Amino acid sequence: MDAAAAMDHHDQHESTGIDHRKLGMWVFLSSEFLFFGALITNYLLYQGQAGFARPYPAEIYDIPFTSFSSFALLMSSLTMVLAHNALARHDQHATRTWLLATAMLGSVFLGGQVFEFTEFITVGAMKLTTNPAASAFYMLTGFHGFHVLLGILMLLTLYGISRRQGELSEASGLNLELVGLYWHFVDIIWIVIFTVVYLLASVPAGVG
Amino acid sequence: MTATAERRPATTIFRRPRSTTGFWAWITTADHKKIGIMYGYAAFIFFLVGGLEALLLRIQLSAADNTFLTAAEYNAAFTMHGTTMVFLFVMPISAAFINYLLPLMIGARDVAFPRMNALSWWIFLFAGIFLYSVLVFSDPAAPVGVEGVAGNLDPADNTVLGGMPDGGWFGYQPNAGPFYSPGTAMDYWALGVQFLGLASLISSVNFIVTIFNMRALGMRLLRMPVFVWMSLVVALLLLFSLPIIAIALFMVTFDRQFGSLFFVAEAGGDPILWQHLFWLFGHPEVYILILPAMGIVSEVLPVFSKKPLFGYAAVVFAGAAIAFLGFGVWAHHMFASGISPVAQAAFGLSTMTIAVPTGVKIFNWMGTMWGGRIKFTTPMLFAIGFVAMFVIGGLSGVTHAVVPSDWQQTDTYYIVAHFHYVLFGGSVFGIFSGLYYWFPKMTGRLLNEKLGKLNFWTMFTGFNLTFAPMHWLGLQGMVRRTAYYPPEAGFDFWNLVATVGAFIIAAGVLIFMFNWWRSKKHGEPSGIDPWDARTVEWTTPNPTPEYNFGVAPTVTGLDDFWHKKYAEDSEGRPVRRPEAEETLTDLMETGIDPPHPIHLPAPSYYPILLAAGIPLVGWGIIYHTSFVGKLLILVGVLVVASASFGWSMEPLEEPHDEHDDSDPLGGGYSSVEVDD
Repeated sequence: MDAAAAMDHHDQHESTGIDHRKLGMWVFLSSEFLFFGALITNYLLYQGQAGFARPYPAEIYDIPFTSFSSFALLMSSLTMVLAHNALARHDQHATRTWLLATAMLGSVFLGGQVFEFTEFITVGAMKLTTNPAASAFYMLTGFHGFHVLLGILMLLTLYGISRRQGELSEASGLNLELVGLYWHFVDIIWIVIFTVVYLLASVPAGVG
Repeated sequence: MTATAERRPATTIFRRPRSTTGFWAWITTADHKKIGIMYGYAAFIFFLVGGLEALLLRIQLSAADNTFLTAAEYNAAFTMHGTTMVFLFVMPISAAFINYLLPLMIGARDVAFPRMNALSWWIFLFAGIFLYSVLVFSDPAAPVGVEGVAGNLDPADNTVLGGMPDGGWFGYQPNAGPFYSPGTAMDYWALGVQFLGLASLISSVNFIVTIFNMRALGMRLLRMPVFVWMSLVVALLLLFSLPIIAIALFMVTFDRQFGSLFFVAEAGGDPILWQHLFWLFGHPEVYILILPAMGIVSEVLPVFSKKPLFGYAAVVFAGAAIAFLGFGVWAHHMFASGISPVAQAAFGLSTMTIAVPTGVKIFNWMGTMWGGRIKFTTPMLFAIGFVAMFVIGGLSGVTHAVVPSDWQQTDTYYIVAHFHYVLFGGSVFGIFSGLYYWFPKMTGRLLNEKLGKLNFWTMFTGFNLTFAPMHWLGLQGMVRRTAYYPPEAGFDFWNLVATVGAFIIAAGVLIFMFNWWRSKKHGEPSGIDPWDARTVEWTTPNPTPEYNFGVAPTVTGLDDFWHKKYAEDSEGRPVRRPEAEETLTDLMETGIDPPHPIHLPAPSYYPILLAAGIPLVGWGIIYHTSFVGKLLILVGVLVVASASFGWSMEPLEEPHDEHDDSDPLGGGYSSVEVDD
């Protein structure tokens, strides 16, 4: 009867035992996989087609540079976990530090992408309007970068809340765990993009 | 939790809204019922707009070589008719039903994320307004963002109607791209549909979490009403198909505004890719349009047959199977587009396969009625009309699965006949059945039965007069999407019949509107259980109280409410329990006067504010080459960002410290702040 009475009073029970927001984030991320799936497929369709105006994206990649910024993004997943762990230990100071570190590493990645795009456009002479493969490349990596940007904004908001309120609570406001889920997702997608789009890149026979 | 007590005054942009009635209560509401009602009215207004466009089309086609519309106006009218009916009528009115009924049917007080629910609704409304703002802002002569593309200088296109999007609801490339559709109209279409998709995506996450997480005690998954199951299936379809159309529409917008080359064949782009992406979304979309109606019919038929739904589990799993297979049939829209013979065979077979679970449903509905004590009320008439018309539309659909036969039918009126039988005879009849059935839930009154029957027979007659002749017109070779046909083709007679039928449908809709308007004030009071219903939403008074249930329901089986009222005699026939009336009186009393205090999500300004920023960004993108455009993007982004910030700082409910510690019934729940 206790449980029923409590429910009458207030309906915040979960049939699955998973917090609404966490379940919601998982459901949302499952949709995001299709979003990036469509973008990656789109790129793969165009990258190998012969007869486009040059250059193809694969001709001008700077793999060492992108490896560096990818490394920064991968490390940010580690700092995200450390932030989550620190919050679980109620170490608010360390939580803030790791949140900030995660946002910083994300910014390094994003800065790298801005630099990369600039180089590609000015030095490599590959613009959005050069050929369909270039269009697909900028759209895919651009949307990924936009996701990173949103993640950084959420991390900084968490940092701001923590500074202002002196602590982060698990129950209210933007939840660190949810931002973490999102951040790891964006990271995983980048692992796929870096592997498939950069490392396994190919140009059609006769080009380059 | 200590966090509640110690929280500092939150950072806010606005003070919390306080109104509980009147204009501001509707603007700021997070109540799923109010949101559902707003969805319903808005969708119905768009239904009228789409219907008017249909009447224009039918007037134009009523005679050979008619000059009522120009070709440009005709293109615009059929494009906006399709776009409006799909995205601005059937989808949102399904959202209206799901919003209003889903929490009630699973015994919850609201959806999982009430403010996000409001956000979906406002994004939908603003996206609809954005799409139709093309009537005011569109300039066919204006160049799009791509260098070297001039506007459309043909003065024949420079009419108000002709300035609307004209590339079809399917937006085929490269016809809808920058070179063949200059002017801004198709940009409004691409971005408008994009924003509508965003609204649906947010709803789908919300509904999925609600269904999985907020079921009443004892409401196991296989005890949920079929309508809830179909809502879940639709939400999953939306979740996995919307990201695909989102990408495709972004590609169109990029092509048109920023000069990317995705669909520009001259530069190596692939217009067929658009067809694949569009139909990979578009075919699940047709199940998104029909499954809620199937859910409604699965609720209505058992009630008026006085029998449980025949093969409940089969109906549920058939719905899930339709959704699953629905992702594997998209290329049957492309048999004439030049795809490989292997692909044609594979998609032809998968399309025939999907008829199997659909057939399962049809037989289960007939099994439900078989031997039942059928009461031919208006909702029942519409439900039976649904089953009959859907069978016709379903069978003509199977003929498209046969590739050589489809080559004959593609782009003829036979296709138009087919999909109107499933979407009008199916979805719309199902929706009307639901409107008659659940009207008392919303108003506490019944719609007039005499007018209702007149409504049904008018619409049923008009519908068949309009769309049945299109089968023969199509088989005689009358092509779709063409404003004229020559007198010697011999299409005049049946076209005239179809036009007369369309006006009879319009008369039926007017009867419905009169019935609604009159019954809202003067309809017969319904009491708590006007239909002798089976499901949990009827265990609370009509109109539904703000808190839904005085006492959160506990469920012990499928059709729980029915079994509280009826026992079975030795031959399995239902016998009304002697205590049934007392049960109803008790439910009425606890529903009106809840024994314990109930907390509901508080209203908020942020959903409407956030949604308002989105069309600003849309207009900004379309006019991004000008200063005003850039400014609009900036303002839109700032509005969205500040609303998101204010939102994340605002707790879902007002803290209610007055009884947090003193009220023993509060348990641990009262201080939990669930935010979305």
